[in-house]
Amino acid sequence: MEHGTPWLQSSLVYLSAAVLAVPLARLLGLGSIIGYLGAGIAIGPWGLQLVTDPQAMLHFAEFGVVLMLFLVGLELEPRRLWSLRRPIFGWGSVQLFGSAALITGAGVLAGVDWRLALVAGLGLGMSSTAIGLGVLNERNLMGTTAGSSVLSVALLQDIAAIPILAIIPLLAAAGAAGHEGGGWLGAAKALGVIAAIILGGRLLLRPALRWIARSDTPEIFTAAALLLVVATAALMQSVGLSMALGAFLAGVLLAESEYRRELETDLEPFKGLLLGLFFIAVGMSIDFAVVLAQPGVVALVVLGFLVVKALVLVGMARGMKVPLAEAPVFVILLAQGGEFGFVVFQAALGAGVIGAQTSSLLVAAVALSMLLTPLLMVLTDRLLAPRLARHAQAAKPAEIAEEQHAPVIICGFGRYGQIVGRLLNASGYSATVLDHSAEGVAGIRRFGWPAFYGDATRLDLLRVAGAETERVIVVAVDDVEQSLAIVDLARQHFPQATLVARARNVTHWYSLHERGVQHIERETLDSALMSGRSVLELMGMERHTARNAALRFRQHSVEMLHQMAPHQGDEKRLIAVATQGRRELEALWSREREERRAQKARRGEGFHADGNPHDGVEPPAT
Amino acid sequence: MAEILVIAAHPQMEQSRATRALMEAAARLSPARVQVRDLYALYPDYWIDAPAEQAALAEAKLLVWLHPVHWYSMPPLLKLWLDEVFSFGWAYGPGGRALEGKDLWLATSTGGPDSSYRPDGHNRYFFDAFLHPYEQTAALAHMRWLPPLVLHGAHRAGDADLAAHAALFAERLNTWPNWPELADIKADASCDVPADARPAEA
Repeated sequence: MEHGTPWLQSSLVYLSAAVLAVPLARLLGLGSIIGYLGAGIAIGPWGLQLVTDPQAMLHFAEFGVVLMLFLVGLELEPRRLWSLRRPIFGWGSVQLFGSAALITGAGVLAGVDWRLALVAGLGLGMSSTAIGLGVLNERNLMGTTAGSSVLSVALLQDIAAIPILAIIPLLAAAGAAGHEGGGWLGAAKALGVIAAIILGGRLLLRPALRWIARSDTPEIFTAAALLLVVATAALMQSVGLSMALGAFLAGVLLAESEYRRELETDLEPFKGLLLGLFFIAVGMSIDFAVVLAQPGVVALVVLGFLVVKALVLVGMARGMKVPLAEAPVFVILLAQGGEFGFVVFQAALGAGVIGAQTSSLLVAAVALSMLLTPLLMVLTDRLLAPRLARHAQAAKPAEIAEEQHAPVIICGFGRYGQIVGRLLNASGYSATVLDHSAEGVAGIRRFGWPAFYGDATRLDLLRVAGAETERVIVVAVDDVEQSLAIVDLARQHFPQATLVARARNVTHWYSLHERGVQHIERETLDSALMSGRSVLELMGMERHTARNAALRFRQHSVEMLHQMAPHQGDEKRLIAVATQGRRELEALWSREREERRAQKARRGEGFHADGNPHDGVEPPAT
Repeated sequence: MAEILVIAAHPQMEQSRATRALMEAAARLSPARVQVRDLYALYPDYWIDAPAEQAALAEAKLLVWLHPVHWYSMPPLLKLWLDEVFSFGWAYGPGGRALEGKDLWLATSTGGPDSSYRPDGHNRYFFDAFLHPYEQTAALAHMRWLPPLVLHGAHRAGDADLAAHAALFAERLNTWPNWPELADIKADASCDVPADARPAEA
């Protein structure tokens, strides 16, 4: 890579690795994170050796994590953050220090030097914010109890990283001397910077953004958004604080501002790509030489710390009242090692607390656990989740054993399902609601609706909700795969129920149609047609004529879908049918326009059309 | 191939007694002979599939309109059906002979009793006076207008009366076209529109 433009070369390598590996991983049902990690392994020193310095890339890509936390902060208004203070400081500390203490203890018992054991305990106690929040986002679980619990613990780890990094040099007897006094000054500086960020965020950021927005140059607003995050991160780093924590604070301060959505959409693609890069870098940095030299030790370390952390987390899940069905997500996402582990081991290596060999081994263990996490999630989905659901049933009889008499089940109570539900409610019908957001479910229950937390793709949950006797099952979930899974379950096990399904797009419509669902609505069709009507009216068309045009179009569109349905998979035939359909509609409309012109002409000859009931509404039938 | 087509229209069928009783009676007859189309169930959004309706009409020899009288006229969806289905060039006007020779029969009910449809009653006119538009519609579409079946005072009709009325309706559908009175009605009171005048102009 010495010749030419190095960034072009490396962009080529990284981008093609990502573009190839991620869709492949998703196709295999493994999720994008495994795709990135796999891509990293493939192009790294132990794969094709296209990249040889993963550490440099890791440093650069860490900015993806910073951006991610900024975006997480944007979603979290100060009020909600304040309500999370107990989980953050209380349960977060339990997780980190409980795990660290147990791992250290285990290490000492195994005959390892106590300082090494302590460093390993603190480093391995950390969890990967990037993978944790990445998985939560990918599965749309941020709003669940498990989601906010993972976030709380991850935040505490970010905060705790600061004192931990400060302590490590003290462990090395030699390095301890120079740090007295400096600690106080450092602490004061840190507090000062945090205060500056909070004050600045409150008083300066919004006017500044308003001023920039007024310049009406979109790319400058994007630049400002990036600058904001970079500046915060730089400020935090200058006093030795976590960049991600600073970005998170800045995000929280802007969560209530009018620029929240704008900032989100501007930064989202940067975050996505950098985070991908970060995962690739993690994949690259797995030192397979160490793993291959001592495979047994590495396996033991990985397994050991995963089990210890999982034990702590299982206890916490109970204490934090994480619903049983969400517990596996919570445990798995926090049991893994994290990128802060790398930093801790790096620092310990620098301070001479641990040797290079040990450091490599620990880093490999953490990286391997990060690789394992998404795999574990997939495994849990397939094996554990159904069983836990049955358990949940037994554990919470008050909530779940109720006989359900509402004749309708609504799966998914987001924007779509809610409208269906409210219409039913207003008409005097009740419905049983299934949703994967525990908070949402609690809210619905307050209105006296029978609502269950949980994944509607689980047969047992549907059964408890009363699917065996229901007349109607409404499938209103966001996720296409889940929607189809629910439909399959219902068709197989509850054939008496009529299905009413929301289709995200045409492909989804076909999949539902193929499964025999009769009541399918494309979620955007009707609102788009209403907008189309508005435009026609603004173009000067009479309102009723515009209404007829829209309804005609709707009818045509639905008929086309039905005509094309049997030809799914036969692209040529589909295109032919679609083209023919479009021609037919165009011919029909031009005939109608012709008809209207003719009518006008007749009127011009002395006939007045008032009283003629056919004034351009219908063409003469053939 | 049903030769009798019953077009039923009631905006609140769930509250109907007379129209529903008659519609159900018709639906019990042989589907090969009688096809019932409930307009408000077929087209709740007032978006009528005119080609489908015309296809059903093409098969039929007797068209029955079954509806309550609302504001001395037909319910709005049936009027829309008429506007869209009896189209220019199909049912009337140049080349509009699709309905030629078919019979049109109205089965309807009124809230007011027979006695209210008199010059001294609160409806002030004999009921026949409100049927002129129907008769003329039939004439313009080259159809034969049959004497309507009317149930006055439908609100006050008892269950037995309604059942008897529905049975009569069914019986009439079964025996058509062998009704004794049909011998006296001439086949087609057709009125062709002069070529220089647009039809149906009020």
